[in-house]
Amino acid sequence: MSLDHLLQRADVWRGGRLTAAASAVPSGYSELDTLLPGGGWPQGALTEILMPRQGIGALRLLMPALAQLSHDDRWICWVAPPHIPYAPALVSAGVDLSRVLLVHPGARQDGLWAVEQSLRSGNCSAVLAWPTLDDAGVMRRLQLAAEAGDALGFLFRAERFAKRPSPAALRIQLDTHTDGNLSVSILKRRGGWAAGPVHLDTSLQYGALALHSRATTAAGCFQPRQQ
Amino acid sequence: MPQLPLDVFSRGSSEPQPLAVSHSGRRSSVLLCNPAAHARGIQPGISVAAARALAHDLIIQPRDLNAERAALHALAAWSYQFSSQVSLYPPDALLLEVQGSFTLFGGWPALLDKVRCGLAGLGYLTRLAGAPTPLAALSLARCNSEQHIEAHQQLAAALSPLPVSVLDWEQVLIDRLDGMGVRQLGDLLRLPRDGLARRFGQQSLLYLDRMLGRCPHPQELYQPPQTFRRRLQLPAEVGQAQALLFALQRLLLELCGWLGGQGAGVQRVDVCLQHREQRVTRVSLETRKPGRDSEQLTSLFRERLERLELPLPVIEVELCADEVLALDADSPDLFGSSGKPERLNLLDHLRARLGDGAVTGISAVAEHRPEYAWRYTDPGDSRTDNNGRQRPLWLLSVARPLKTRNGRPQLHGELQLETGRERIESGWWDGKDVARDYYIATNPAGSSYWVYRELTGEQGWYLQGVFE
Repeated sequence: MSLDHLLQRADVWRGGRLTAAASAVPSGYSELDTLLPGGGWPQGALTEILMPRQGIGALRLLMPALAQLSHDDRWICWVAPPHIPYAPALVSAGVDLSRVLLVHPGARQDGLWAVEQSLRSGNCSAVLAWPTLDDAGVMRRLQLAAEAGDALGFLFRAERFAKRPSPAALRIQLDTHTDGNLSVSILKRRGGWAAGPVHLDTSLQYGALALHSRATTAAGCFQPRQQ
Repeated sequence: MPQLPLDVFSRGSSEPQPLAVSHSGRRSSVLLCNPAAHARGIQPGISVAAARALAHDLIIQPRDLNAERAALHALAAWSYQFSSQVSLYPPDALLLEVQGSFTLFGGWPALLDKVRCGLAGLGYLTRLAGAPTPLAALSLARCNSEQHIEAHQQLAAALSPLPVSVLDWEQVLIDRLDGMGVRQLGDLLRLPRDGLARRFGQQSLLYLDRMLGRCPHPQELYQPPQTFRRRLQLPAEVGQAQALLFALQRLLLELCGWLGGQGAGVQRVDVCLQHREQRVTRVSLETRKPGRDSEQLTSLFRERLERLELPLPVIEVELCADEVLALDADSPDLFGSSGKPERLNLLDHLRARLGDGAVTGISAVAEHRPEYAWRYTDPGDSRTDNNGRQRPLWLLSVARPLKTRNGRPQLHGELQLETGRERIESGWWDGKDVARDYYIATNPAGSSYWVYRELTGEQGWYLQGVFE
């Protein structure tokens, strides 16, 4: 029997070939997972995260899933992040830093190219990007690349893009709820109508230290007590 | 390889420009020409002057015997992946013992297919024939008779129609045969042995016996070189870096075939682009793991060439691989081209286009000063020190001064400070000492930030990070 024939047999498993992957990765927030098809972030697809401003916890929302994915042997690729992903915080969130890949492209075109390559390569479990461009053709390419590479593509975008059509499999809109929790509305999901919002306490994901330990004397609390 | 003198030039370009190779002798005439030249009415045998008159843009290259010799050696090295018994039959033939390779490659048709496709990819026109004896296979191939003779008994019948000119005999002997009316091998094989030996010598009889398998024919086996170094002369000057990819791909295919024969891979490939006046441009490529996937290497070089500005047109491409590494047993491309190609290594791909510094990993550092508590690393090379304190996921590369109103820090409205001040005083030993009080702060819109107040000097407020 020749090597070629041998390789064509169905019962021969070959290293380097991807096994069929689960269709979703749990977000780590059960209230959210119940609303998401497959019970989590869609695998091999784009997820668009629309946010009104920074600092409301868009990254924290992903941390349980990224921590989980960092035990995979594939990269978690951050393409042109707006700030430095802070290593101590990632460690606190349970992310294995040795799986974190940062790409610093020079030009915007290179950035989109890097996002597409990373999604398509099959070397990445997740790809995070902050595209400012509004181009349906580009988004379509990225969605196809995510399918080809079986990657979770997270695109963080400004809220104003919510009205634009998008080929992303999942679109969620974030806001801050009055109680300080993160409000997540689902604008688009596979096999379902828009849903939400759900209110998530993302601070709990850090365990020991709660983020919203706001002082009760809110009004004049900027003057710190001397310790 | 019936067109070797032409192929050594034409394989360097995908342009269908008319190309002819002229005899190196004093009376200059066309030896071979490509289809584009043929379409203009140029034929082998016509004078170079006449050929030029037929096609003004005709490129004429004098025959380059050195290039042909080098090509033959390179092809022998490439063929080594199919058989460890390769012999050179200059000027234009190679002999491979393939009986032992049938099991591995799936029999004659499958093997033939692989060799033919491979050689076409390298840019050579080939005639492939198989027979139980070396001389029979060579004779069939030289006569464009692409047969596969499996049994010794069939040899005489298969060889009989071939002209006697196919024999590697001195021209006087061929002429003598012609004078006797012996035109085909069949006629020759019918002559009585003793008479043949008397008139043409014992050597001629031995030749025929070897051809028909009546006596063994030991071969001088080719030994492939230990390093790879190949030049490809371009038929015409190339001014665009991307147009070099075609020629480069030919060389990469040669390289990977040679590596296949060695059971090895490379991690570094150097390309030297030769310009006029001895000037050169060098392009090197390093990958994370040793490999021999020509598609991957071509793809990586495509990225490189897209970024390359050529100072002058290129006349010759040289490819070198000096360091050959054993391939890991678990390398996915162990199966070579027979299986699905390995997914392109993302890191190599990104670095080829964006530069080495554009792709990093990230590590935590045991350090009190927040701005020094992390660093970029090589991807995958990280430490996970963690002081257990709450830290924001975004760190600003440079802390940003915050405006204050009535002494209170502002960022899209007034910032509310959370309880739990963290004092960081450190770095007195290296002159970059800090003395700061850190707070988590929230603005009216609900965004959370990591801010600090200097304990010295102006006691200003700064934004250090974002709790995204």
